[in-house]
Amino acid sequence: MEPLTWTGALSGLNIVFYTVVGLLALAIVLQILAALLPSTGGTASVNPDGTMTASPGFSGLIGSAVAWLFYATLALILVYLVGGIFLGPEAGIFGGMAQQFLPVWIALIVTFALSITYKRRLGLYGKLFDSTVGMIGFAIVMFWVFTGVFGGVFDLLVTHDSLSQVSGMKNKLPGTPLRGAEEGDYPWFLLGGDNLARDVFSRLIKGSWVVVKIAPFATLFAFMVGITLGLPAGYYGGKLDTLLSFLANLILAFPVILLFYLLVTPEIVLTGIPNYMALFLFSFPLIFAAILLNSRYYTQPSFRTPLLVVVLGVGLWLYLSMVTTDGAIVATNTYVIPGIPPFLDLFDIDPGILVVFVSVVFVNSPTVFRIVRGLAMDIKTRDYVAAAQTRGEGPWYIMLWEILPNARGPLIVDFCLRIGYTTILLGTLGFFGLGLESESPDWGSTINAGRRLLSLYPHAAIAPALALLSLVLGLNLLADGLREESLRD
Amino acid sequence: MGLFILRRLGVMLLTALCLTFIVFWLTNLYPNLEKLAKTQGNFRMSDEAVTSYLTDRGYLQPLPVKFGQWLGVLPGWETVRDDGEVFGRCFAAGTPEEARPTRCGVLQGDWGFSTVFKEDVAPTVLTRLALTGKLMLGVLLLMVPSALIVGVLAGMKEGSKLDRSLSTFSIATTATPEYVSGVIFIAVLASSKYGLSPLLNEWGVIDSKTLFLGSATSAMADANFWNFFLPVLTISLYGMGYIARMTRASMTEVMTAQYIRTARLKGVKFSDIVLKHALRNALIAPFTVIMLQIPWLLNGVVIVETLFNYKGFGWLLVQAASNNDIELLLAVSVVSVIVVLVTQLISDIGYVYLNPRIRIS
Repeated sequence: MEPLTWTGALSGLNIVFYTVVGLLALAIVLQILAALLPSTGGTASVNPDGTMTASPGFSGLIGSAVAWLFYATLALILVYLVGGIFLGPEAGIFGGMAQQFLPVWIALIVTFALSITYKRRLGLYGKLFDSTVGMIGFAIVMFWVFTGVFGGVFDLLVTHDSLSQVSGMKNKLPGTPLRGAEEGDYPWFLLGGDNLARDVFSRLIKGSWVVVKIAPFATLFAFMVGITLGLPAGYYGGKLDTLLSFLANLILAFPVILLFYLLVTPEIVLTGIPNYMALFLFSFPLIFAAILLNSRYYTQPSFRTPLLVVVLGVGLWLYLSMVTTDGAIVATNTYVIPGIPPFLDLFDIDPGILVVFVSVVFVNSPTVFRIVRGLAMDIKTRDYVAAAQTRGEGPWYIMLWEILPNARGPLIVDFCLRIGYTTILLGTLGFFGLGLESESPDWGSTINAGRRLLSLYPHAAIAPALALLSLVLGLNLLADGLREESLRD
Repeated sequence: MGLFILRRLGVMLLTALCLTFIVFWLTNLYPNLEKLAKTQGNFRMSDEAVTSYLTDRGYLQPLPVKFGQWLGVLPGWETVRDDGEVFGRCFAAGTPEEARPTRCGVLQGDWGFSTVFKEDVAPTVLTRLALTGKLMLGVLLLMVPSALIVGVLAGMKEGSKLDRSLSTFSIATTATPEYVSGVIFIAVLASSKYGLSPLLNEWGVIDSKTLFLGSATSAMADANFWNFFLPVLTISLYGMGYIARMTRASMTEVMTAQYIRTARLKGVKFSDIVLKHALRNALIAPFTVIMLQIPWLLNGVVIVETLFNYKGFGWLLVQAASNNDIELLLAVSVVSVIVVLVTQLISDIGYVYLNPRIRIS
C-alpha cells in the first residue's frame, strides 16, 4: 500500500490554500505597518442629509482585505475537513484524522448549536458566545475535552492500541501503511510511529485524557484550598494573615521543578507523604461545603441538620474512597493506617497519579490563596459588607455568601488560566519523567521520549507539543473572552 | 527605609532557613538515604550493609542534629572504625588529631561534598552558576527590550489592529511552555533533514548544514549566535508574553490619564507624547514584573538546559535531585531561594524609588 500524503485527493486545493494563507500573512503585516504610520484616511465629505462620509482610505482597504482573506482561509479549512470526513484516508492524513474525529465534530456542533440558541438564559457562560476570541478558545478547549472523553473512556477515535508495539513501524513517518495489516486493522499509522514503534496518533488521543482528567480537578482542589484559607486571611487580617501568608510565600519561594524533584519520586511514595498530603488537601472541599451550608442555614436547624448530614455523609464517603487504596489510607513498609474496607471503596487512585495530583494542587494553592486574599481585602471595605455586619451576620456568612460571589469574575478567569498552567505543569512532570510511568501516553512523557531523536524524526515529539500548545492557547483565549465579557457587566 | 530593609532581610533569613530545613528533611527520608547508599555503594547491598554505610557516614543521626551539623552550629560526627581508623564529617581518615576541625558547615564556609561529582560543592555550584549567568544575561538582553517594545506599541492605541495582533502574539507566547517551543524550534530551525535548514542550505543562504545548532554544549566554552540563540530565544519567549501584557496594561492606563489628554489637546506630536510623557510613567509597573519574573526564568533554565544539553545551574539541579546528592541539592536550593528573595526585595525597593507616589513610613 502506498504511504499517505498529507492531503491526498484534495491536493489540488493546496496551491490555492498556500496562496490565500500567504496573502493573509502579507496583508496582516501591511496592516500592522499601516497602523504605525499616521492615519492617511480619505477625505471626509458632507452628505446632503447632514451626515459625513469618509472614504476608507488605505488602512480601511487592507482591513477589508484581511477580513476576506481570513474568511477564505476558514472556508478552505472547512473544505479540507468536510472532504476528509467523507473521503477518509483518500484525502490524505488530514482526511483520515478528520474522519477519525467525527464524534468530536458532532459533539462540538451540538454543544455550539445548543449554547448559541439558549445563550441569553445561560448567564456568563452564554455571554461567552458574544465574543469571538472566547468562542475560538472554547471550541479548542472543548475539542480536547471531547477527544479525551471519547478516546480515553469510550475508546473511540483511536486507530491502534496506544501501548502495543508493531514490528517494522519504528520511527516511521506520518502516513506509513501498517506492515502486515490484517483484516479489521486500521491500515495506516496516521501520524507515524515513535521510537518504540507505537502509533503516535493513538497515543496523542490517549494522552489528552490524562490531561483532561487531572488538570481541571487539580485546579478545583487548589481553588478549594486557596479559597478556604484565603478568605479568612484577607477578612480577619492580623496574626492569622501573617502566618498563612508566610507559609504561602515559603512554598512560592521554591522553584517548582525542585519541589517536583523532591516530592514526585518513587522513594517519597514509599514514605507515605503523598497520602498524608492527600489526606490534608482533599479535606478542604469537605470543610468548605460544611462551612458554606452551615453559615447560611444555621438559623433553621430543622433544615440545616438533615442537609449537612446528607452532604457531609456523601462527601465523607467520597473523601475516604479517594484517600483509601486497598483498604489502607497510608501503607508503608513499617506501619499501616487502615481506611474503609474495599467493598465500600468506590475507586482507587493509582499511587503515581496521586502523587502527581497532590503536588500539582500543592504548587497551585498558594497562588490562589494570594489572589483570594487580595480580593477579600479589597471587597471587605464595600458597603454591602458593612450592611451585612450591621445586620449581625456571622463572619463566615459574610466571607462565603457576600464576598465570594462578588469575587467570582476574577476567580473564574483565573480558574481558566490556571487549568492551562496546570497542563503546563503536568507536561513539565512528564518532560522530566517524574511521576507517571515511562510508557504513559501523556504529552509531557511523549515529548520527553521523542526529543532524543528530534532532528531526525521530529514527528513523535511535535505532535504532542502542538496538542499541548493548542490546549493551553485555547484556555488562555477562553479566559480572555471571559474577562472581556465579565468586565462588560 | 533602613528598618524596612532590615525587616525584609530578617524574613528572608527565616524563609531560607525554613526552606533548607524542608529540603533537608525530604532528602533525609529513609528511602532516599537507602537509594543514596545503593548508588554510592552498589545496587545489591543488603539491608545491614546499607545501615552500616549510613551509620558510618552519620546519616542516621536525628534530623535536627544533622541539620545543625550542616549549618555548622553543632560539632560534626566522628566515626571510629573497628581497625581504629578515625574519620568524620570535617576530616578524612588519616588526619592528625590536632588538624581536625570540630565544626564545619555553612557558617564556616564549608558547603560540603558532592556525592555525584566527587568534588566540593561550593566550586561546583559557582562554575555552573557562571554558565547559567551567561544564559540569563542573553535572555534578559533579548526578553526585556522586546517585551517592553511589544507592550508599549500595543498599549499606545488600545483596541487598534496593532494592539490586537500584538496581544494575540503575547497570549500565544504565554501559552507555549519552553519544552514545547524548544522542540518546535529544534525541529524547524536546527534539523538537517526537516524544516527550514535544508531549504536554506539548498538555496545557498547558509553555509552550514543547519541554521542553528540544536545543542548548546559547545556554547559553554564559546558562545556565539549559531549555538546560543535557540536556548536564549526559547526561555525569553515564555517570559516575554507576560511582561508584554503587563506593560500594555500599564501603558493603556497611562494613555488615558488627564495629562496625556492635555498634551494631545495642546497638539503635541503623537510620538512625542508616547516617548516623552507616557513612557516613563508606564515603565514603573513592568519593572516590578520583570524582577518577579526572574525566579520564574529559573524553571525555564532547568528545562532548556536539559533540552539543549547546556551544563549550567539547571542541569546541576536535575543531577543533584535525581541522585539525591543531599549537600549539593541544599546548596542549589539556597542559591535559588536567595535569587527569589533578593529579586522580591529589589522589586519592592525599586518600586518605591521609581514611583514618587509611594513612600514607606
